[in-house]
Amino acid sequence: MSYEEGLFYVVAAVTALGGLGVVVNRNVVHAALFLIVALLGVAGIFLLLSAEFLAIVQILIYGAAVTILVLFVIMLTRVRDVPRATIGPQAPLAVAVAGSIFGLLAATILMTDWAALGATEETHLVPVRRLGEVLFSRWSVPFEVASLVLLVALVGAIVLARPEEEE
Amino acid sequence: MIPVQHFLLLGALLFSLGVYGVLSRRNAVLIILSVELMLQAVNINLVAFAVYLAPDEFVGLIFALFVIAVAAAEVGLALAIALRLFRNRTTANVDEVDSLRW
Repeated sequence: MSYEEGLFYVVAAVTALGGLGVVVNRNVVHAALFLIVALLGVAGIFLLLSAEFLAIVQILIYGAAVTILVLFVIMLTRVRDVPRATIGPQAPLAVAVAGSIFGLLAATILMTDWAALGATEETHLVPVRRLGEVLFSRWSVPFEVASLVLLVALVGAIVLARPEEEE
Repeated sequence: MIPVQHFLLLGALLFSLGVYGVLSRRNAVLIILSVELMLQAVNINLVAFAVYLAPDEFVGLIFALFVIAVAAAEVGLALAIALRLFRNRTTANVDEVDSLRW
Protein backbone atom coordinates (compact mmCIF):
# COMPACT_ATOMS: atom_id res chain seq x y z
CA MET A 1 0.00 0.00 0.00
CA SER A 2 1.47 3.32 -1.03
CA TYR A 3 1.66 6.18 1.45
CA GLU A 4 -0.96 7.98 -0.59
CA GLU A 5 -3.46 5.19 -0.02
CA GLY A 6 -2.64 5.08 3.67
CA LEU A 7 -3.24 8.83 3.86
CA PHE A 8 -6.55 8.41 2.05
CA TYR A 9 -7.77 5.79 4.52
CA VAL A 10 -6.81 7.96 7.50
CA VAL A 11 -8.55 11.05 6.07
CA ALA A 12 -11.58 9.00 4.99
CA ALA A 13 -11.86 7.47 8.48
CA VAL A 14 -11.68 10.93 10.09
CA THR A 15 -14.35 12.22 7.70
CA ALA A 16 -16.67 9.27 8.28
CA LEU A 17 -16.26 9.45 12.07
CA GLY A 18 -16.97 13.19 11.94
CA GLY A 19 -20.12 12.50 9.94
CA LEU A 20 -21.18 9.82 12.38
CA GLY A 21 -20.62 12.25 15.26
CA VAL A 22 -22.86 14.82 13.55
CA VAL A 23 -25.80 12.43 13.27
CA VAL A 24 -25.61 10.50 16.55
CA ASN A 25 -24.30 12.99 19.11
CA ARG A 26 -26.90 14.00 21.70
CA ASN A 27 -25.29 17.37 22.37
CA VAL A 28 -26.14 19.95 19.72
CA VAL A 29 -22.89 21.90 20.14
CA HIS A 30 -20.82 18.71 19.94
CA ALA A 31 -22.65 17.74 16.75
CA ALA A 32 -21.70 21.11 15.22
CA LEU A 33 -18.07 20.63 16.28
CA PHE A 34 -18.06 17.15 14.70
CA LEU A 35 -19.33 18.81 11.53
CA ILE A 36 -16.12 20.89 11.48
CA VAL A 37 -14.10 17.64 11.67
CA ALA A 38 -16.08 16.15 8.77
CA LEU A 39 -15.74 19.35 6.68
CA LEU A 40 -11.98 19.54 7.21
CA GLY A 41 -11.80 15.83 6.32
CA VAL A 42 -13.60 16.56 3.06
CA ALA A 43 -11.08 19.35 2.41
CA GLY A 44 -8.34 16.71 2.84
CA ILE A 45 -10.16 14.45 0.36
CA PHE A 46 -10.18 17.34 -2.14
CA LEU A 47 -6.42 17.72 -1.64
CA LEU A 48 -5.94 13.98 -2.28
CA LEU A 49 -8.00 14.43 -5.44
CA SER A 50 -5.49 17.20 -6.36
CA ALA A 51 -8.21 19.85 -6.37
CA GLU A 52 -6.34 22.30 -4.15
CA PHE A 53 -8.46 25.35 -4.95
CA LEU A 54 -11.62 23.56 -3.83
CA ALA A 55 -9.89 22.47 -0.64
CA ILE A 56 -9.07 26.10 0.18
CA VAL A 57 -12.61 27.23 -0.65
CA GLN A 58 -13.96 24.40 1.51
CA ILE A 59 -11.92 25.47 4.54
CA LEU A 60 -12.70 29.18 4.07
CA ILE A 61 -16.44 28.89 3.50
CA TYR A 62 -17.41 25.76 5.41
CA GLY A 63 -14.72 25.42 8.03
CA ALA A 64 -15.07 29.05 9.02
CA ALA A 65 -18.21 30.87 7.90
CA VAL A 66 -20.88 28.17 7.91
CA THR A 67 -19.86 26.56 11.19
CA ILE A 68 -19.72 29.92 12.99
CA LEU A 69 -23.21 30.72 11.66
CA VAL A 70 -24.45 27.32 12.89
CA LEU A 71 -22.92 27.81 16.34
CA PHE A 72 -24.55 31.25 16.60
CA VAL A 73 -27.98 29.86 15.78
CA ILE A 74 -27.50 27.00 18.26
CA MET A 75 -26.66 29.58 20.90
CA LEU A 76 -29.76 31.65 20.04
CA THR A 77 -32.18 28.70 19.94
CA ARG A 78 -31.02 27.12 23.17
CA VAL A 79 -33.81 25.81 25.38
CA ARG A 80 -32.77 26.20 28.97
CA ASP A 81 -34.90 23.43 30.50
CA VAL A 82 -33.97 19.77 30.82
CA PRO A 83 -32.19 18.29 27.82
CA ARG A 84 -34.61 16.29 25.75
CA ALA A 85 -34.16 13.47 23.30
CA THR A 86 -32.62 14.76 20.09
CA ILE A 87 -33.66 11.70 18.13
CA GLY A 88 -37.30 11.05 17.33
CA PRO A 89 -39.20 7.75 17.57
CA GLN A 90 -38.77 7.21 13.84
CA ALA A 91 -35.03 6.44 14.24
CA PRO A 92 -35.21 2.66 13.43
CA LEU A 93 -37.02 3.46 10.19
CA ALA A 94 -34.38 6.09 9.41
CA VAL A 95 -31.63 3.49 9.92
CA ALA A 96 -33.39 1.17 7.48
CA VAL A 97 -33.82 3.87 4.84
CA ALA A 98 -30.24 5.17 5.13
CA GLY A 99 -28.86 1.61 5.17
CA SER A 100 -30.74 0.62 2.05
CA ILE A 101 -29.63 3.80 0.25
CA PHE A 102 -26.02 3.03 1.17
CA GLY A 103 -26.39 -0.59 0.06
CA LEU A 104 -27.84 0.45 -3.28
CA LEU A 105 -25.13 3.06 -3.88
CA ALA A 106 -22.30 0.74 -2.80
CA ALA A 107 -23.55 -2.13 -4.97
CA THR A 108 -23.80 0.20 -7.98
CA ILE A 109 -20.33 1.65 -7.38
CA LEU A 110 -18.70 -1.77 -6.96
CA MET A 111 -20.45 -3.39 -9.92
CA THR A 112 -19.66 -0.60 -12.40
CA ASP A 113 -16.63 -1.16 -14.61
CA TRP A 114 -14.95 2.22 -14.18
CA ALA A 115 -12.00 1.41 -16.46
CA ALA A 116 -14.42 0.81 -19.33
CA LEU A 117 -15.88 4.26 -18.72
CA GLY A 118 -12.46 5.79 -19.23
CA ALA A 119 -11.39 6.34 -15.62
CA THR A 120 -7.75 7.43 -15.54
CA GLU A 121 -5.29 5.61 -13.35
CA GLU A 122 -3.53 8.70 -12.10
CA THR A 123 -4.65 12.21 -11.34
CA HIS A 124 -2.92 15.42 -12.26
CA LEU A 125 -2.90 18.65 -10.34
CA VAL A 126 -5.78 20.86 -11.41
CA PRO A 127 -4.25 24.11 -12.71
CA VAL A 128 -5.99 26.91 -10.80
CA ARG A 129 -5.27 29.35 -13.64
CA ARG A 130 -7.15 27.24 -16.20
CA LEU A 131 -9.97 26.67 -13.72
CA GLY A 132 -10.35 30.44 -13.33
CA GLU A 133 -10.28 31.00 -17.08
CA VAL A 134 -13.02 28.42 -17.63
CA LEU A 135 -15.07 29.80 -14.74
CA PHE A 136 -14.99 33.37 -16.07
CA SER A 137 -15.50 32.55 -19.74
CA ARG A 138 -17.73 29.55 -20.32
CA TRP A 139 -19.43 29.66 -16.92
CA SER A 140 -19.59 33.43 -16.42
CA VAL A 141 -23.40 33.70 -16.66
CA PRO A 142 -24.05 30.99 -14.03
CA PHE A 143 -21.37 32.67 -11.92
CA GLU A 144 -23.26 35.98 -12.01
CA VAL A 145 -26.54 34.19 -11.28
CA ALA A 146 -24.89 32.51 -8.28
CA SER A 147 -23.82 35.90 -6.91
CA LEU A 148 -27.40 37.16 -7.33
CA VAL A 149 -28.71 34.06 -5.51
CA LEU A 150 -26.34 34.75 -2.62
CA LEU A 151 -27.43 38.40 -2.43
CA VAL A 152 -31.15 37.54 -2.45
CA ALA A 153 -30.68 34.74 0.09
CA LEU A 154 -28.73 36.92 2.50
CA VAL A 155 -31.21 39.82 2.25
CA GLY A 156 -33.99 37.29 2.86
CA ALA A 157 -32.15 35.84 5.85
CA ILE A 158 -31.78 39.32 7.38
CA VAL A 159 -35.48 40.07 6.86
CA LEU A 160 -36.49 36.71 8.41
CA ALA A 161 -34.18 36.89 11.40
CA ARG A 162 -34.75 40.56 12.24
CA PRO A 163 -36.72 41.13 15.45
CA GLU A 164 -40.24 42.26 14.84
CA GLU A 165 -40.80 46.00 15.18
CA GLU A 166 -42.87 47.02 18.14
CA GLU A 167 -45.98 48.94 17.17
CA MET B 1 -3.03 5.43 -7.08
CA ILE B 2 -6.30 5.38 -5.20
CA PRO B 3 -9.10 3.87 -7.32
CA VAL B 4 -12.07 6.10 -7.99
CA GLN B 5 -14.41 3.64 -6.24
CA HIS B 6 -12.93 4.47 -2.85
CA PHE B 7 -13.86 8.12 -3.17
CA LEU B 8 -17.34 7.23 -4.38
CA LEU B 9 -17.84 4.80 -1.47
CA LEU B 10 -16.83 7.51 0.99
CA GLY B 11 -19.33 9.83 -0.69
CA ALA B 12 -22.06 7.18 -0.45
CA LEU B 13 -21.28 6.63 3.24
CA LEU B 14 -21.44 10.36 4.04
CA PHE B 15 -24.67 10.71 2.05
CA SER B 16 -26.31 7.82 3.94
CA LEU B 17 -25.24 9.32 7.27
CA GLY B 18 -26.83 12.59 6.17
CA VAL B 19 -30.06 10.82 5.17
CA TYR B 20 -30.17 9.12 8.58
CA GLY B 21 -29.60 12.47 10.33
CA VAL B 22 -32.33 14.25 8.35
CA LEU B 23 -34.85 11.48 9.05
CA SER B 24 -34.08 10.86 12.71
CA ARG B 25 -33.25 14.26 14.23
CA ARG B 26 -35.87 16.44 15.89
CA ASN B 27 -33.94 19.70 16.14
CA ALA B 28 -34.14 21.88 13.01
CA VAL B 29 -30.50 23.00 13.33
CA LEU B 30 -29.32 19.37 13.47
CA ILE B 31 -31.38 18.60 10.36
CA ILE B 32 -29.60 21.47 8.58
CA LEU B 33 -26.22 20.04 9.67
CA SER B 34 -27.19 16.66 8.19
CA VAL B 35 -28.19 18.33 4.91
CA GLU B 36 -24.72 19.91 4.86
CA LEU B 37 -23.21 16.41 5.19
CA MET B 38 -25.22 15.24 2.17
CA LEU B 39 -24.03 18.23 0.14
CA GLN B 40 -20.44 17.39 1.07
CA ALA B 41 -20.96 13.83 -0.16
CA VAL B 42 -22.26 15.14 -3.48
CA ASN B 43 -19.23 17.43 -3.76
CA ILE B 44 -16.83 14.52 -3.20
CA ASN B 45 -18.58 12.63 -6.00
CA LEU B 46 -18.50 15.60 -8.39
CA VAL B 47 -14.79 16.26 -7.82
CA ALA B 48 -13.88 12.57 -8.06
CA PHE B 49 -15.75 12.25 -11.37
CA ALA B 50 -14.15 15.45 -12.68
CA VAL B 51 -10.63 14.34 -11.78
CA TYR B 52 -10.89 10.69 -12.86
CA LEU B 53 -13.31 10.68 -15.78
CA ALA B 54 -12.86 14.08 -17.48
CA PRO B 55 -9.48 15.47 -16.43
CA ASP B 56 -9.33 17.95 -19.32
CA GLU B 57 -12.64 19.60 -18.54
CA PHE B 58 -13.47 21.28 -15.29
CA VAL B 59 -17.23 20.79 -15.31
CA GLY B 60 -17.27 18.74 -12.10
CA LEU B 61 -15.05 21.19 -10.27
CA ILE B 62 -17.16 24.17 -11.41
CA PHE B 63 -20.30 22.33 -10.31
CA ALA B 64 -18.73 21.70 -6.91
CA LEU B 65 -17.95 25.43 -6.61
CA PHE B 66 -21.57 26.30 -7.43
CA VAL B 67 -22.79 23.70 -4.93
CA ILE B 68 -20.68 25.39 -2.25
CA ALA B 69 -22.04 28.84 -3.17
CA VAL B 70 -25.67 27.73 -3.23
CA ALA B 71 -25.18 25.72 -0.02
CA ALA B 72 -23.89 28.86 1.70
CA ALA B 73 -27.05 30.72 0.64
CA GLU B 74 -29.19 27.76 1.71
CA VAL B 75 -27.65 27.45 5.16
CA GLY B 76 -28.08 31.19 5.76
CA LEU B 77 -31.77 31.09 4.87
CA ALA B 78 -32.45 27.80 6.66
CA LEU B 79 -30.85 29.02 9.88
CA ALA B 80 -32.85 32.27 9.67
CA ILE B 81 -36.03 30.17 9.33
CA ALA B 82 -34.97 28.03 12.33
CA LEU B 83 -34.41 31.20 14.33
CA ARG B 84 -37.83 32.58 13.37
CA LEU B 85 -39.40 29.22 14.26
CA PHE B 86 -37.77 29.36 17.69
CA ARG B 87 -38.99 32.93 18.27
CA ASN B 88 -42.58 32.10 17.31
CA ARG B 89 -42.92 28.71 18.98
CA THR B 90 -40.09 28.70 21.59
CA THR B 91 -38.95 25.37 20.23
CA ALA B 92 -36.58 24.35 17.46
CA ASN B 93 -37.96 20.81 17.29
CA VAL B 94 -39.71 20.17 14.01
CA ASP B 95 -42.09 17.54 15.43
CA GLU B 96 -43.59 20.05 17.85
CA VAL B 97 -44.58 22.38 15.01
CA ASP B 98 -47.80 20.60 14.09
CA SER B 99 -50.44 23.35 13.77
CA LEU B 100 -51.28 22.16 10.27
CA ARG B 101 -51.66 18.56 11.40
CA TRP B 102 -55.21 17.25 11.32
